[in-house]
Formats: sequence, structure tokens, C-alpha cells
Amino acid sequence: MRLNCPYCGTRSVNEFVPLGSASPKRPTLAEPIERWIDYVYFRDNIAGEHDEYFYHAMGCRSWLIVTRNTVTHEIIGTKIAREVAA
Amino acid sequence: MTHESNRLPQGGQIDRRKRISFRFDRTNYTGYKGDTLASALIANGVKLVGRSFKYHRPRGILSAGAEEPNALVELRTGNRREPNLRATQVELYDGLEASSQNNWPSLKYDLLSLNQLAGPLLSAGFYYKTFMWPAKFWEKVYEPLIRRAAGLGRASGLPDPDIYEKATLHCDVLIVGAGAAGLAAALTAGRAGARVILVEQDHVLGGRLTDDLPTQHQSEGHTWLAAAQDELRAMPNVEIMSRTSVFSIYDQNAVVAIEKVADHCIEPAPFSPRQRMWRIYPQQVIVATGSIERPIAFANNDRPGVMLAGAVRTYLRRFGTKTGERIVVFASHDGAALTVEALHAAGVTVVAIVDPRENSSPAMIAAAEQAGASLFRDSAVIAAHGTADGVTAAEITTQGRTLTVQCDLIAMSGGWDPVIHLASFLGQKPKWNPEMQAFAAINLPKGMQVAGAAAGHFSSETAARSGADAASHALQALGMAGSQPAIPGWQGEPVQGSLYFVAPSRSGKSFVDFQNDVTVDDITLAQREGYTSVEHTKRYTTLGMATDQGKTANVVAAGLIAEIRGVPLAQGAVTTFRPPYTAVTIGTVAGRATGKHFRPTRYSPLHAWCVQMGAVFVEAGPWLRAQYYPQRAGESWFDAALREARQVRQSVGLCDVSTFGKIDVQGPDAARFLDFVYANTMSTLPVGKARYGVMLREDGFVLDDGTVSRLGADHFLVTTTTANAGRVMQHLEFCAQIHCPDYDFAMSSVSDQWAQIAIAGPHARDVLRTIVDDFDLSNEAFPFMGCATLSVCSGITARLFRISFSGELAYELAVPADFGCAVIEALAKAGQNYGILPYGTEALTMLRVEKGHPAGGELNGQTTARDLGLGKMMSSKKDFVGRVLAGRPALVDPARPILVGLKPCNADESFNAGSHLLERDAPKVIENDLGYITSTAFSHVFNHTLGLGLLQRGQERIGETIMAYDPVRSKAVLVEVCHPIFYDPENSKVKS
Ligand SMILES: [Zn+2]
Repeated sequence: MRLNCPYCGTRSVNEFVPLGSASPKRPTLAEPIERWIDYVYFRDNIAGEHDEYFYHAMGCRSWLIVTRNTVTHEIIGTKIAREVAA
Repeated sequence: MTHESNRLPQGGQIDRRKRISFRFDRTNYTGYKGDTLASALIANGVKLVGRSFKYHRPRGILSAGAEEPNALVELRTGNRREPNLRATQVELYDGLEASSQNNWPSLKYDLLSLNQLAGPLLSAGFYYKTFMWPAKFWEKVYEPLIRRAAGLGRASGLPDPDIYEKATLHCDVLIVGAGAAGLAAALTAGRAGARVILVEQDHVLGGRLTDDLPTQHQSEGHTWLAAAQDELRAMPNVEIMSRTSVFSIYDQNAVVAIEKVADHCIEPAPFSPRQRMWRIYPQQVIVATGSIERPIAFANNDRPGVMLAGAVRTYLRRFGTKTGERIVVFASHDGAALTVEALHAAGVTVVAIVDPRENSSPAMIAAAEQAGASLFRDSAVIAAHGTADGVTAAEITTQGRTLTVQCDLIAMSGGWDPVIHLASFLGQKPKWNPEMQAFAAINLPKGMQVAGAAAGHFSSETAARSGADAASHALQALGMAGSQPAIPGWQGEPVQGSLYFVAPSRSGKSFVDFQNDVTVDDITLAQREGYTSVEHTKRYTTLGMATDQGKTANVVAAGLIAEIRGVPLAQGAVTTFRPPYTAVTIGTVAGRATGKHFRPTRYSPLHAWCVQMGAVFVEAGPWLRAQYYPQRAGESWFDAALREARQVRQSVGLCDVSTFGKIDVQGPDAARFLDFVYANTMSTLPVGKARYGVMLREDGFVLDDGTVSRLGADHFLVTTTTANAGRVMQHLEFCAQIHCPDYDFAMSSVSDQWAQIAIAGPHARDVLRTIVDDFDLSNEAFPFMGCATLSVCSGITARLFRISFSGELAYELAVPADFGCAVIEALAKAGQNYGILPYGTEALTMLRVEKGHPAGGELNGQTTARDLGLGKMMSSKKDFVGRVLAGRPALVDPARPILVGLKPCNADESFNAGSHLLERDAPKVIENDLGYITSTAFSHVFNHTLGLGLLQRGQERIGETIMAYDPVRSKAVLVEVCHPIFYDPENSKVKS
């Protein structure tokens, strides 16, 4: 499988490290601990399009958000995580 | 045996000028260049080539291709011996040595064929049923029996002397299979200028193109084939890869193929691989993998001399060899008429054509008339008679009577099945296509097409046209256009037929799966016992589970199951297709990543110096680190390490600490970022100072520790442990890019750029002073936890950190990696007056345990900062990674084991890391567990073993005596709980 890094172009998936769902957002200190437990431990098991973090470890060291269809394994698109977070 | 008695005087695509000698089962034979092992054996009249898996029945060659279930051989000898190779795909080379397998004591007199008498014992569901018998029966009787009796070839058991490679290719159009369809597709795509890769498992191109043309079109076919090859080879944008077999396909149509670089040679050329694994990333894939002929099940259809009708034609036309003298053709399919015609043209007698159809087709009638063969309509071959040496007669049922026809070969055909493995590997279930009378690939992955016989276009002409059409579609998808090659009106071979899977039953085994010895009776029994779905039948009978994955068996079984259940085949199914298409050697999958090359070895920039000093190295992850430096032959690691540690405590030592991770962090927001990723505060660190830091994971446990040095207002240098260097970098990038996207700073790993040397001991300053250029090392000017940029050895840029892992006055000096050896040599020379010695990781452990510094054993991913006595470092004034969850009740529970020191009550006793801690008199059961020992070392200062451990309520128990119990060694030692810092708890030495 190959992923399209917006900086480096289409590269082998072997260059990347996956981290899992990119959906959970880090709570603030003011939020209750239950929100933090959700953030760290709970993940939806999605059948369909799913945003996931991939780190281009053997390339530009960017964290990417890769949209992948978990049913067909089709890669729908990749974005720079920093740009989404900003 | 006469010399190549079956070879025709002329014809075939073999090179008759190049004679080849080879051995099979220790007998010498000859063949020609262009032969396969199978064709050469047939030419020499060898019929019996193997014994079957379960019943040890005599077997001959069934097919002429990758689907061969019977003719499995061991090829080569010694450390190159390879088992289970299909003789039909083994290219003949001079000096080839092969032997039959699964027989004892010999192929001809196989005593294990007695298994046939034990037949009922080995019927369907045999494995499941025997598992239900008493266990001791299984262990003592059945397993040894099965292990001896059932089998394939033997692996060499020796290290493989050959090398294997991996490589990657990209292209616009990948065409798998170079038969009529593949060649026409390649011509179309190639002429349009697309980057084309044409892959062919065989060593010649053409597939069944010429095998399947009627005699009158043979020369026309050869001409077209030669012209197509010439044109393709002249195109710079077309790559032809023969002897290359695509064995699987993965997401995004990533194709994996094995190129047999040197399997056709006696051994690979020097420095050349035996096989090469290709990963191919095409934009478009055209699967033109052809088709496989379907056998018919009848009694003793596995006898040597029963062969697929298409294979008979292949041996005749491609290899110029006949497969028999008197041939009976048994076919429900007009493709076999072509075999009759070809045999007759070659002067071979066809005695009878047996056609199960009520009304034979005009093609079959014409072929019979031309060949002078009797035609039996609405009839069937119900048994093959003969011996292990081959068929002697066919028993035929016709018009209600049974007759026996003398013959030496039965050529059978139940039709053709498209090879749709590649089109189905990604999970698409094939569907029965009534028009095609076969299972067809549907719901193809994006960018894939199936062409030729694989798509049900069984004649060479229609196959070629469909290949050209597929290429035109592929070009369209790529935004290209091209013209199709001219395809002659070859008429194409007749392909009409009717479905026919199983002849009327008669006593004797009728085989469906030849390789795994699965019979019609087995499948029938499975249906009766309720295993009716094809997937259940497969597992119950082992149908299709052999090395050929049921290439000739699965569709016959699906037809049989449909017949038994009385449902149309359209409702039937075949089992899931799984890679590999043909077996792949593990060596190719491993490639170069074997032995020492399994993973890279990382060397410190000071490695050469450590070697010079006589270091013994230890693997630490990918790193080689100096473990100890024996001074005389036979000095043990313990004696050496103790000597090194003593030298550090008493005078001075040098240690290579280059393997620690180093990350350079710069920018206006660098300090703010470090405050976020460390539990303690870094923004308050003055320029020129270093600070110990602890990083947590977001779940509140410790990730790593290290030091942060502030080299400038906006410039920090972070160190990590050796093991976590990569993980910490990845974590910091995540925090920077996702949590702090608007922070203005940058970071980079500089681990490999700097060599780092620890200079430790009371004389460290004296030694260092001799190499620094104009730098005040006095305690006042450069105190404990100071850091500075300076130069050493007359102009070498360096960074100096006054940090100590050993607990002595110590410095860490970093210099550009290439200067590392020169600088450490200078230090060693300067330290001669003090008896300076290098020390390794063993001495380092002794020193750090004495000092109570946590390391790998304590930073084990299950400890919190509080567990390690570092709870006070966690700031309450800022957000940082792990802050909230580090505060959850379970992680601040006072009953959690925390870091303590341990020493034996009797100084002569020692204990091991991993020992559990219990009350001194408690029964040694897990319920009484209070914690465990994480690190131990012998201390020369105290002259006994010291330990660090995690103990429940450890803080309150200092001074108490408890038990350290090692359940592996059944050893219990009484230990005293102490403060973890044994040596110089006031920290006066490091500040001196
Ligand atoms: Zn990249």
C-alpha cells in the first residue's frame, strides 16, 4: 500500500507509522476526567471512512491525517495534521 | 528403457541441437533445452513419478502447468535441496538432479501404499474424528502413523547457500500472463507509449496460443507470436519479465511477483540471486492468466497415464513428445476434439472418443472421423485399469453395456476454468457464469481488468481480441490512446461443451483432489454428515488445502456438491482464493534480511576506539555498546566491571555515551513547548544550565527521562534514553504538530551528529582541563548542572555538560561525531597519570544502582513519576502531557509499589532482578506479592549486592526486613528495605 504524503509524494506505507484514530481531540485541563479517559482509551470501530494519524517517520517527519475506508481499504485522501490542528 | 522413446522425430519448441543430461531417482536420462522435467520424463517413457499424500497411490503427470497436483519432486541435493516442486514447471538444465518424494523404500515398491487398505480410517473428517478419541491413542498411535505416512518432500535442513533479493517497479499497465491475450494487450498499450510490464511465469511467451490452434493454423500462430515478441522487445517502454510468477495482489493493486533468476541453472552465477521478489505498483492491471483444464472424476482416474487432454496437446506441440501410443479421449467438451486432431496429425492412434453428451457436437464427430476413432456418445469412462506403471485399458459404459478398450493413455477434459485467483485475492467472491460454464471474477478492484481465457474467452483469437480491448480501456483510464494489433482469423478452437464432473460410480477411488487424496466418496460423506457448504466441505475433507490449493479440484467439487444437493451450480460457490498462487520459498520473502542483516547494526562514532581498547560488546536494541573491557585474557565480565567501577569511584574513567538520543530544539516558543512535554518546568532553566526531566505519556505513566540543557535563550538540547530515542522523537513531533501547531520553534534529531563521552571520577576535572581551549572548569565558574559551548584540542567545537550518572564529579563532553575518536584518545592520554580506564555498560549499571538512578528496569512503561519517587517534579502550574491522568485515583493510590533500595541482610547472599517481594514469613503465593526487584548490581563500595525494586508502601517500610523470592530459581533471600540512593545521598561528590 502507498500513501500520498503532501510533502514527499506517494510513498510506500513502510515509511509510515500509524497511530490510530485522528478523531479524538485533547480536552482542556478544565474538563472532567471522564473526557480525558475517553480521549486516551475509547475509540469508535468505524466501518467506512475513517481518519487516522500516520507519521512519515522515514520521510519528512510530518504527522498526516489519512482518510481510509476501513471496508475497502481505499485511501480517500491525506492532509497535513498540523494544518488541520491549527 | 529406450532412449527418449516417446520423442517425435521433429516438431516442438525445443532446441534439438542442445541435448541435456539429467537424473531422476538416480537414473540417467536425456532431454533437450526447452524441456521441462515433466516433458523430458514423458519423452523418456517415465510414467510413474510420485506417490500420493495420504494413500501412497502411484501417480503420473496430470497437467503441463502450474496446476500440477501429482508430479511433485525434490530438486537438487544437499543444502540446495528443494521439496514439492512441480515437475511441469521445472525447466530442464544440464546436470539436473531430482527425486520422487513420499515413498519408502522406493517409488516402485512403496510399502506405505498399505495405507490404501486402511482407507476407511482415513476418510473425510478423519482428523476431527480422531481428535475425539482418547488422547493417548492420538499421541501413541495415530500421530506417529500419520507423520510417517502422510507427507510431501523434505526440506534440506541446512542453511540455504543462495541469496535472494527484493526490488520495486512502477508502471502504467501491468499485464499478467503472456498468452494470446497478454501479448495483444502489451502490443496495444506498448504502441500507445504506456510504460508496460508484461509478466510471464513460463520461460517462453505465448501461453497456450499455439497449443490451442488447429494444425492448419500452427505456422500462422508461430509467425504472429514471433512478430509480437520482436515488436515488444524493441519497445523501450515495454519490460518483459519471464520466469516471473505473480503470486499475490494487495490493496491498491500492489502486485508481488517472484522472478526465478537462476532456478533454471545448476546454481546461481557468482553474486547473483537465485530469486528476486518484485513489488510492482501499476496504475492499471490486466489479468490475462489463462485457464486450467478440469479433470473428470472416475474410478482410478489418478493412475499414471490419465492426463488432461490439453496437456496431451501441449506435450505434443510444444515439446515434440507423445504421451502414449493408443489413446482414449474422454471429454464432454469440444476442446478435446483439438487434441484428437493434433494426435492424428502427429501419427498417434486415437482408439476411442468417449463423449458423455447425448448428442456429440459436429466438431467431435468430425475429429473422430478424421482420426478413425470410435465415437461413443452418451457414454463415460468409468474406470482406468492398469498398474503402477500406467494405464492398460479404459472401462467404458455405453448404451447400457460395459466394454473395455485397451489403451495406454486416457486424455480427459471436463472443460476449462478461468484462472481468476489474482482477481479474487482481494476478497471478491467469483460467481458461476452459465454462459462461460465456469466461475467468473466479478466486482473487480478499481484499475483491474480480466482478459483472455481468464475472462472466459477460451479461443486464442477471442482471447487476443479481449486482451487488446482491455488494453484500450486501460489506456483510456490513463488518458492515452493507441491502436490495436491485427489479430488473424484463426477460427479458434471449438469450445462448446456441457457440464460433466463425475462419471457413474463403480468400485475404486474416484479422485477430485489429487494432491490431498480427496475422493468423490469423501465429499459425498461430508454432505451426508452435514458439512454442506463448500467452506465446510473443504475443512472436513481437506479438499483444496494442499500445496496446489485445489487448482484442478475446487470446481469439480463445487459441481459434485451441487449435484448431490440437487441445486443449480449458479447457487454454488468455490472456496475463498488465498495467496500465494503458487508456493513461494521463505528465502525470497526474507530476502537479504537474514542473519546479521535481519536488522541494521548501529555503531557509536567511538566504536573504533572501543574496539581498540578491547571492548566486549553487547546488543542494546540495534546498537552495539561496550559492555566491559577485559584487561587480560579470561578476565570475567564481573571482575572487569568491578575494576572499572572502582577506578571511577577512586580516580577517573571514560565511557562512551554517544547512543543516547539527542534532540535540538530551537525557537521563541521552544521553552513553552518543553514545558508542555515535560512533567517538570523547563522555561525557568537559566542559559548555561541543564536539568533532569521526566516525560509522561498522556495516560499518566512515564515515557522517558533525560536532561534538558539550555544552550541559548531560544536553544535547548534534549537527551533521551538509548532505547526510546526514536519513540520520543515521534512523540515530540506529534505534540508539536497536533497539540502546538502555532508554536514558533523547530526541532531536529542530532543523535548521530555528536559523539558523547562521560568523564567521571574525582580526577575528571584534572583530565578534562588538559584538553579544553581556554575554558574555566573551576567549580565556581562551571558548577554541577552547568552546560556550555566551548572548544577542545585546539579548535574542535564541543559541548560540555556537568551531569553525572555515576554519582561522582563528572562531565559529558560532546564533539562532532567524526572527531569523537581523536578526542577520546586525547582524554585517555591525558588521564594516563591517573590510571584512567574505559568503562562499559556493566560498570555503568553498578554505579547507577549505587546512586539509585532509574533506568530501563524502572522505566518499564508501567511506572508513574510518583512510583519512581519523582512525584514532586510534576508541576501543578501548567498543562503538560499526562498531567490529568497521572492524577487519577488508581495512579496516586498509596498502596502502589514505589521505588526503594534493597540490600541483603546477609552480605554474602545475592538476589536477581525479577524476584518478588513478600513479607519475610509469608507463604510464597501471588496473593502475598508486594512488588518486585527491577535492577540489581554488585557494589564494590559496600561489597555486596544492591537492588532497586518497586514495593507497596515502600516509603513507610524503610529499615524493615522482607523476603526477595525468585520463583524461577526457587531462591528466597532476606533483604532490608532502604532509601534508593545508597551512595553519597547528600550529593556532595557530584558537586565537588
Ligand atoms: Zn513526507
